[in-house]
Amino acid sequence: MKITVNSEPMEVSGTVADLLEARTGDRRPSGIAVAVDEEIVPRDDWARWPLQDGHVVEIVTAVQGG
Amino acid sequence: MSSMLKIAGRELCSRLFLGTGGLPNLALLPGVIDAAEPGLVTVSMRRTSSVASGGLLETLREAKVPILPNTAGCLSAREAVLTAELAREALETDWVKLEVIGDETSLMPDAVELVEAAEQLVRKGFTVLPYATDDPVLARRLEDAGCAAVMPLGSPIGSGLGLLNPYAIEAVVAAVSVPVVLDAGVGTASDAALAMELGCSAVLAATAVTRADDPVGMARALRLAVEAGHTARGAGRIPRQAVARASSPMAGRIA
Repeated sequence: MKITVNSEPMEVSGTVADLLEARTGDRRPSGIAVAVDEEIVPRDDWARWPLQDGHVVEIVTAVQGG
Repeated sequence: MSSMLKIAGRELCSRLFLGTGGLPNLALLPGVIDAAEPGLVTVSMRRTSSVASGGLLETLREAKVPILPNTAGCLSAREAVLTAELAREALETDWVKLEVIGDETSLMPDAVELVEAAEQLVRKGFTVLPYATDDPVLARRLEDAGCAAVMPLGSPIGSGLGLLNPYAIEAVVAAVSVPVVLDAGVGTASDAALAMELGCSAVLAATAVTRADDPVGMARALRLAVEAGHTARGAGRIPRQAVARASSPMAGRIA
């Protein structure tokens, strides 16, 4: 299944939590937020939110900024 | 002594807000925060792969400063609203410094998109602090939209040009009843003091501190300037007049 994560194509299957584990090694990293197709996925839903082919996922965190 | 600043019913410990952008080394941040004693500290939201956060949130949590996420770099209401929602989810705060810029060269606020985004975010339960031009009409529109404060620019972001139009800042202060936070353009302490003397409730500074030769020294200077300016505003400046007026008695002089 092909999805787009932060503008890059990625081959994954499973839930948002599975994706986060693959990228960060943590199923519930702190200070992170996830949107799928411009809809926020609340932290408590990560483990039960299934990713589907073509989904566009944004994973963001806080960085230094004015 | 300066009275406590309150925004949306919440008391903030200081009238100086600190932006964290531009600091060459995150290790400097704790010292800068110690010196600035900021009421709020801003952060930006970015994709995890693009910039390493490198312990920024841990540093801010250790310093026990309230975090104010911004929507810096957003070019539309749609982007800004989504960024604010991501920030709320990631940082567990419904406060947002709303920035919607019109282009990436001037970095000037896009007033139309800004008001639209502010209305949407207020409806979604956010406490919205919008970065705006120094325009009293726009400030009133933002207050009408339910914003908890307005943040007019003194001059373009990162320019350090100070307050290019102090009369406009005074007009913004007169136009709204929510707190006015001078944002953008502060280059040094006197700019921050002037903003407070004109009636602003707080000042936000980022690059004035982070790109100073000595960020800790400038953080301290801005803290003192904000307090001095606020105290001076309360004390009331004397009217300007074009002719001299002696303060020593003229009578009794030796001749």
